[in-house]
Amino acid sequence: MRQLFSFIFPDQASNLAPSVDAIFFALVVLCSVITLLVFVVALFFCVRFRRGSKVDRTPPKGGTLRFEIAWTLIPFFVFCGLFFWAADVYFAMSRPPGGATEIHVVGKQWMWKIQHPDGRREINELHVPVGRPVQLIMTSEDVIHDFFVPAFRAKQDVVPGRYTTEWFTPTKPGRYHLFCSQYCGTNHSTMVGWVYVMEPAEHARWLNQVAVSESLVAEGERHFHSRGCSGCHAPNSQIHAPLLEGIYGKPVPLSDGTIVIADEQYLRDSILLPNKQVAAGYEPIMPTFQGRISEEEVNAIVAYLKHLTDSERSQQ
Amino acid sequence: MSAVPMQAAPQYAPALQPTYLNVQRTIRSWLLTTDHKRIALLYMVSITFFFFVGGVAATLMRLELLTPRAELVTSETYNKLFTIHGVVMLWFFLIPSIPTVLGNFLVPLMIGARDVAFPRLNLASWYLFMVGGAFTLFSIITGGVDTGWTFYTPYSSTYSNGHVVAMAAGIFIAGFGSIATGLNFIVTVHTMRAPGLTWWRLPIFIWSLYTTSIILVLATPVLAITLALMALERIFGVGFFNPAIGGDPLLFQHLFWFYSHPAVYIMILPGMGVVSELIPCFSRRPLFGYKFVAVASVAIGVLGFLVWGHHMFVSSQSIYAGMIFSILSFMVSIPSAIKVFNWTATLYKGSIRFQTPMLYALFFIGLFTIGGLTGLFLACLAIDVHVHDTYFVIAHFHYIMVGGMVMAYLGGIHFWWPKITGRMYPELPAKLAALTVFLGFNLTFFPQFILGYLGMPRRYPVYAPEFQVLNVLSTAGASILAVGYLLPLTYLLWSLRYGRIATPNPWEATGLEWTTHSPPPKDNFETTPLVTAGAYKYDSQAAEAQREVAHV
Ligand code: HEC
Ligand SMILES: [Cu+2]
Repeated sequence: MRQLFSFIFPDQASNLAPSVDAIFFALVVLCSVITLLVFVVALFFCVRFRRGSKVDRTPPKGGTLRFEIAWTLIPFFVFCGLFFWAADVYFAMSRPPGGATEIHVVGKQWMWKIQHPDGRREINELHVPVGRPVQLIMTSEDVIHDFFVPAFRAKQDVVPGRYTTEWFTPTKPGRYHLFCSQYCGTNHSTMVGWVYVMEPAEHARWLNQVAVSESLVAEGERHFHSRGCSGCHAPNSQIHAPLLEGIYGKPVPLSDGTIVIADEQYLRDSILLPNKQVAAGYEPIMPTFQGRISEEEVNAIVAYLKHLTDSERSQQ
Repeated sequence: MSAVPMQAAPQYAPALQPTYLNVQRTIRSWLLTTDHKRIALLYMVSITFFFFVGGVAATLMRLELLTPRAELVTSETYNKLFTIHGVVMLWFFLIPSIPTVLGNFLVPLMIGARDVAFPRLNLASWYLFMVGGAFTLFSIITGGVDTGWTFYTPYSSTYSNGHVVAMAAGIFIAGFGSIATGLNFIVTVHTMRAPGLTWWRLPIFIWSLYTTSIILVLATPVLAITLALMALERIFGVGFFNPAIGGDPLLFQHLFWFYSHPAVYIMILPGMGVVSELIPCFSRRPLFGYKFVAVASVAIGVLGFLVWGHHMFVSSQSIYAGMIFSILSFMVSIPSAIKVFNWTATLYKGSIRFQTPMLYALFFIGLFTIGGLTGLFLACLAIDVHVHDTYFVIAHFHYIMVGGMVMAYLGGIHFWWPKITGRMYPELPAKLAALTVFLGFNLTFFPQFILGYLGMPRRYPVYAPEFQVLNVLSTAGASILAVGYLLPLTYLLWSLRYGRIATPNPWEATGLEWTTHSPPPKDNFETTPLVTAGAYKYDSQAAEAQREVAHV
C-alpha cells in the first residue's frame, strides 16, 4: 500500500511540502466531486431522456435565471477561498525566514554549481542539514534554467542577469531529485542532480571531509583586492569612489535622484553594469567587469560586501 | 440504423443544378476560388496534412519515452521533435482548425449570406497560411529547430542553433492569415446577417467565432512583434531580451504570453461553439440559458487577455503580480463552468439520440470538465510552483486542446459532413472511432497528471527510471489514439464515393445552413432567407410524437 502510494505521490521532505499537499488534496476532493456530479447528472439525463423512453417531457416552467445565478455565484465564492489559501502558502514560499543558510547556485548549460558559505563547492549535488532553513541565491551564466526539487515542492527559475531566490527547510533525511525544469537546450534533461538531506552531525562531518582553504567571504575579500576594487574603494584611495563598508541593505541615492536599497541585485549590477545605476555625487568612472569575472567570483564578492555590513553592525 | 426519417427522394436533381463542388472542375478553379466553401476545403486538406506532420512527431516522442534513456533518438532530435509537434499542432492545426474549416464553410451559411465580406482576402489568408507553412516545413526539413514552441529567450535568440528565424518567419506569416480571417468574420457577422437575424438570434457557433475573431485580430499582432524582436536580436544582436547585451529575458515571456494565453481561447472557444450546436440538435431541446452561454463566450474572450502572467509564477515576476494573475485566472474559469452546466442542463427533458456527433459532444463535455478543473490546480499559486513545467501542465492542456478542441472538431466534421460533401459518413465505424479516440486519449494523458505531481519535468527525453511505468502506459494510450485518428480519415474518404446521398437536413436541425441543398449551390441560397425566430427551436415532445408515427 505504502509502495503504491509512493508510486503515485512524491516524498514530502520539506516544511513547504505538507502545506502544498494539503491544498492539492482539497482540490482533488473538490474536483472529483464536481466531475462526478457532472458525469452522473449527464449520464442520468442521457439514459432517462434517450429517444423512445416513455417519460414526461413537458418543458420545465420558470426561467433559467435562478440556475444561472447559482452556478455563477457558487464557483465564485469557492474560487475566492481557494485563491486566498494558495496565495497565503505562496507568500510564505517566497519569503525566506531570517537567519537562513545562504547558498549560492549558478546554473549553466548543463550543470549546477553550488557554493557553500564555508567555501565548499559542489557540482550537481547539494548537501544540506535537516531542520535548518536554507536560502538559495541563484543566477545563470547563459540561458534560463530552473532549480526544481519535487520532494521539497520548491521551484524557481534561474535567470541570467539577476538573482532569484528559493528557500526550504528540509525535514526528512534522504536523497532527492534535483531537476532543471526550464528547457535550456540539448542536454536539458541531464541537467539533473541530487539533494542530500543529512542529520546535522553527519552534515558537519561531510563539511569537514574536504579541507577548504577559505570561506566564501575570505574568497570574496581576496578577489576584492586582486581585481583592483580596493584600489578605488578604499579610505586612502586617490580616486573619489564610495566606501563599501555597510552598504548592503542601506538606501543609496542615485545620480538620477532616485533612491534604491542596496540588495544583492544592486551589488551585482554595480559590478557588472556600473553605468546602469550611478551613485549620487560620483563620476561614472567605474569600469564594467562583465565578461572579465565569473559568476562565482561575483557571488564571493557579494558575500564579502554583505559580510562587511554584518561585521559593522555587530561592532556597533 | 439511424432513427432519423430519411426523405426518400432528393428535392432536386443533383445533375441539373450545379453545387459549389461541381460548378467548375479545374484545379485552377480551386486554387483561385473566392467561394468561402471551397476555401474551407482547401484549409481542411492543408490542416489535415499538418495534423499528421505534428502527429508523426508526437508518435516518435512517445516511442522514445518508452525507456528512461535517450535510445530511439538523441536528445537533440527529441528537442526538435517537440518543437515541431508544438509549432505545427498549434499554429498549423489547432488555431486554424475550426475557424478556417468549419468557420469558413458555415459563417456565411449560418447567417444567410452568399459569402464572407471579403472573399478575395479570404483566399489571400489561405495563401499566407500556406506560405507560412512552407517556411516552417523548410526549417524542419533543413535541420529543425530546438527551441520549443515557446521560443524562450535568450536561448532562442542567442544560444540555439538551427533555423529559428525561418520557423519564426513561418509563424509570423501564417499569423497574418489568421488576422485576415478574423477581420473577415467580424465584418461578415456585423454587416451580412440575413433580414431578421438579430444578435440574440445568432447561433452560439457564430458568437464563439465572433469572439475568437476579435482575439485573433487583437492578439496575433503582438505575437508578430515578439517574434520579430526575437529575430532582430538573433540576427543583428539588438539587445531586447538577452541580459548580456542589455535586454530583459522576462520581457519576452510577458509579450509571448500576452498573445499565447488568449491563443488558448482561440483553441477552445470555437470548439465550445460546435458543441453548443450539437447538444441541442441531438437532444431536441433549445439550448439552456442561451444568452448566458453567448455572453460567457465574450467574457472568456475579454478576461482571457488579463491572465497571461499565470504562465510566469516561478519566472521571478513580482509575487504581487502573481497574486493578481492568480485571482483573474480563477475568474476566467467561471464562464467556462457556466457553459458546462448549461450544456448538461440542455439534456434535461430531451429526446436524445447518440449518433457520432453527439458522442463527440458528450466526450467533449467530460474531457473539458477534467481539463478545466485541473486548470484550477494551476491557478492556485502554491500548487503551480510545484507542477509548473511538469507533465501535469502537459496533461492539463491536452485535455483542453485535444480532449476539447479536437473532439469538437471531429464532432463538427461529422455533423456537417453531409452538408459539406453531400454524402453521409458510415455510422458504425464512426462510432467505433469516436470510442477509440476517447479511450486512447484518456490512457495517454491521465497518467501524465500523476507523472507531473511526482515531479517529472516536461521536455525530458532522459528521465528518472521510477517514471517509466506511467510513461509506458501513456505510450500505449497514444498508439490507441493514433488508430482512432486514422479511422475517420479512411471512412470519410470512403464515404466521398460510397456514402449514402445526404438530404438537405439529415439531422432535422434548425439553422439556416440546413435550409439549403446538400452540398449547397455556389451562392448558398436560392432566395435570401428571412429569419423570424431565435436559434434552437427544438421540441422534444414533437420529436417523440413523430417517432411514434414513424413506427406505427
Ligand atoms: C576605477 C575605480 C573603480 C574600480 C576599480 C571599482 N570601482 Fe566600484 N565604483 C567606483 C565609483 C567611482 C563608483 C560610484 C559611481 C557609480 O556608482 O558607478 C563605484 C560604485 C560601486 C558600487 C556602488 C556603491 C554605491 O554606493 O552605490 C559598488 C557596489 C562597487 N562600486 C563595487 C566595486 C567592486 C566589487 C569592484 C571590483 C570588482 C569595483 N567596484 C571596482 C569606482 C571603481
Ligand atoms: Cu537548465
